[in-house]
Amino acid sequence: MTDFLAALREHIPALLVIVPLLAAVIIPFSPAPLRRRGAAVSLLANAAALALASALAWEVFRLGRVSYRFGGWAPPWGIEYAVDPLAAVMLLLVAFVAFAASVYSGAAASGEITAEKLPYYQSASLLFVSGLSGMVITGDIFNLYVFIEIASLAGYALVASGRRRDALVAGFNYLILGTIAATFILLGIGYLYMASGTLNIADLRERLPHIYHTKTVLTAFAFLIVGFSIKTALFPLHIWLPDAYTYAPSPVSALMAATGTKVGIYAMIRVIFTVFKPEFNASVVPMKAILIVLSSAAIIYGAAMAIAQKDIKRMLAYSSVSQIGYIILGAAVASQHSLTGSLLHMINHALMKACLFMCAGLMLMSTGAEKVADLRGAGRRMPLTMAAFTAAALSMTGIPPTLGFVSKWHIGLGAVEAGYWAVVPVILGGSLLTGIYFWRVIEPAYFGAPPQSGHKNAEGGAPRWALAPALALAALGTLLGLAAHTPAVGAARAAAELLGR
Amino acid sequence: MNRRPADNPVAATVSALLIPFMQIYALYLIAHGDLGPGGGFQGGAIFAASLILRAIVFGLDREEERRLDNIAGLLAASGVLVYGGIGLLCMLRGGAFLEYPALPFADPKTAYHLGIYGIEIGVGLAVAGAMLLLFMKTAGSRDD
Amino acid sequence: MIETIAGKYNYWIYISLMMIGFYAIIAKGNLVKKIIGVNIFQTAVFLFYISISKVRGGTAPILWDKAVLYDNPLPHVLILTAIVVSVSTTAVALAMITRIYKEYGSIEEDKILKSRRENL
Repeated sequence: MTDFLAALREHIPALLVIVPLLAAVIIPFSPAPLRRRGAAVSLLANAAALALASALAWEVFRLGRVSYRFGGWAPPWGIEYAVDPLAAVMLLLVAFVAFAASVYSGAAASGEITAEKLPYYQSASLLFVSGLSGMVITGDIFNLYVFIEIASLAGYALVASGRRRDALVAGFNYLILGTIAATFILLGIGYLYMASGTLNIADLRERLPHIYHTKTVLTAFAFLIVGFSIKTALFPLHIWLPDAYTYAPSPVSALMAATGTKVGIYAMIRVIFTVFKPEFNASVVPMKAILIVLSSAAIIYGAAMAIAQKDIKRMLAYSSVSQIGYIILGAAVASQHSLTGSLLHMINHALMKACLFMCAGLMLMSTGAEKVADLRGAGRRMPLTMAAFTAAALSMTGIPPTLGFVSKWHIGLGAVEAGYWAVVPVILGGSLLTGIYFWRVIEPAYFGAPPQSGHKNAEGGAPRWALAPALALAALGTLLGLAAHTPAVGAARAAAELLGR
Repeated sequence: MNRRPADNPVAATVSALLIPFMQIYALYLIAHGDLGPGGGFQGGAIFAASLILRAIVFGLDREEERRLDNIAGLLAASGVLVYGGIGLLCMLRGGAFLEYPALPFADPKTAYHLGIYGIEIGVGLAVAGAMLLLFMKTAGSRDD
Repeated sequence: MIETIAGKYNYWIYISLMMIGFYAIIAKGNLVKKIIGVNIFQTAVFLFYISISKVRGGTAPILWDKAVLYDNPLPHVLILTAIVVSVSTTAVALAMITRIYKEYGSIEEDKILKSRRENL
């Protein structure tokens, strides 16, 4: 048994991708009795992935970088899977949110997805998770493209599985833009390969500095950044996001908002800081200024649009645009503190946005509320849901002592440190606007009178197992905020490593 | 998709002659994939094309359509499982994922050959199944 | 001048194809035509990858006694993967279009938008 476990330990990086992938294939094509238990299979696969990710994180933090050679071929010839502390945390985050979402969807999906579509939904969400884990774990840039496409294709199908027919159009638009983005990334990788003759990320890092000033490398960088900006929905390339998150079923919105864009940003950070060295971004291309302006615009625009929304999920979607702005702002400023803040905000946004979308789904299930106006008196009718929603909203706004406060504080500090005073009012203003759009929900929910018909507690309308993951996410996010020292130290170390210090 | 063969005798005759050759060629490509041009992807695609051609020219009744749908799903899933299975087998034997020399054969060279052979078959099955499935889902009359 | 145009004609073709595809994606209202545009767009990138794999005087990368130089086979393999991805994208898109047609009764973008606006 110990032999088996020892052997297993070696293969965790590969298994982390393979387990959800195989489960995704088994569910829709298995005989009917097993297919009906698709929710259990998907839960099991996600639990296994979570266990593997935890074990891997433990190993990486204890022993340092883990590398896995696919097919036994040594890098840079073979495909390498490389896990450093940052990747380990991202993997853990993806696995945790995916597990929470599968618990949630096991109980809640029946309300939003028809029974015959359910196995395909479970299969697509496992495929999505497998693609995201692959994106984080791979050390080969072409392999990165393949996993981007696996995750995206599953994502298009997931968005289109919403119950309203608008979901189809949202999914189609997402597909067109997503494919353009992926093709740009493919083209960028082609130019990089053309110039350097390698696809291994560590090898690229060594070889590229000699040819930073060639037009080929500059073209490659431009294509990669534009491609990833679409994938991560950076303003003004975010137009696919609001529709996609609004019309997707709520477990899908929770999963995608929490992990999909985060992993996209992670890949973008990898390209900016690991494939290219930070000096390239600082001195060769004017990318820093462009990204800072765009992400500042994203923060204000997203928050302002969120205030104007009547639909709860659409409001949360625009809130995502704004929060993505914060994360990219931190990465673009690229000082020690701002990058730390950016990484922390990634964790904060992943946990809390997943929680918020789950709450939106719960509200829909228990009272049929879709609009902000439907939530009057919800604090009394759905106390637990609203408690989770409020905790997440506070952290999103950045009220101390939440994790959101710590992350935004670091981003602001980093901006000042690097001399970008102008973005400080943007950070503060964005937080203020965030407070306003969440207050629009929270104020009537707690202080408004409930409508005449529904005085009683309506929380029973939602399955209990759908409530648990939302509460767990809110609790974990709050806990991380209260004990912010540990994640902050870890993030600071990861940031220092990215910056090559 | 419910046209009958009598609709177009030329298409019916030509495809009746062509389909067996297409299938043999597909199998040849899969079998040859480890040494020469070809391989599971191309072979699988051509194999699926032969079945799709048959469905287009001769039409399918409800029963046939249902059966083809099930077979396609089965092919796609079993292909991926063959691929993953060989990979996992390498792991169980102490190698990395898809490290063929770890397979239980006499010498590494044979192991490479047979390992890649197995992978090509898996890819062929998966591609043929997926192609058929795509055809059935977009052109089929069954609603789901 | 002639050298840059004629000597690198495949790159010019790749750029033209890419722009044609892009144009179709943006300008065409028919969803199927949009997907055709996406396909042309992706095909342009395939051509680009195949172009960079060419070695002057090289033959196709198949083991052969008389060969002195081979083309680089790696981009060919990479692009095979990208072709698979492109096929899957097209398939997902077509499946969505058939369902859109069932729901809206049209695959023209302006009609779909009109129908959405009316039901708002």
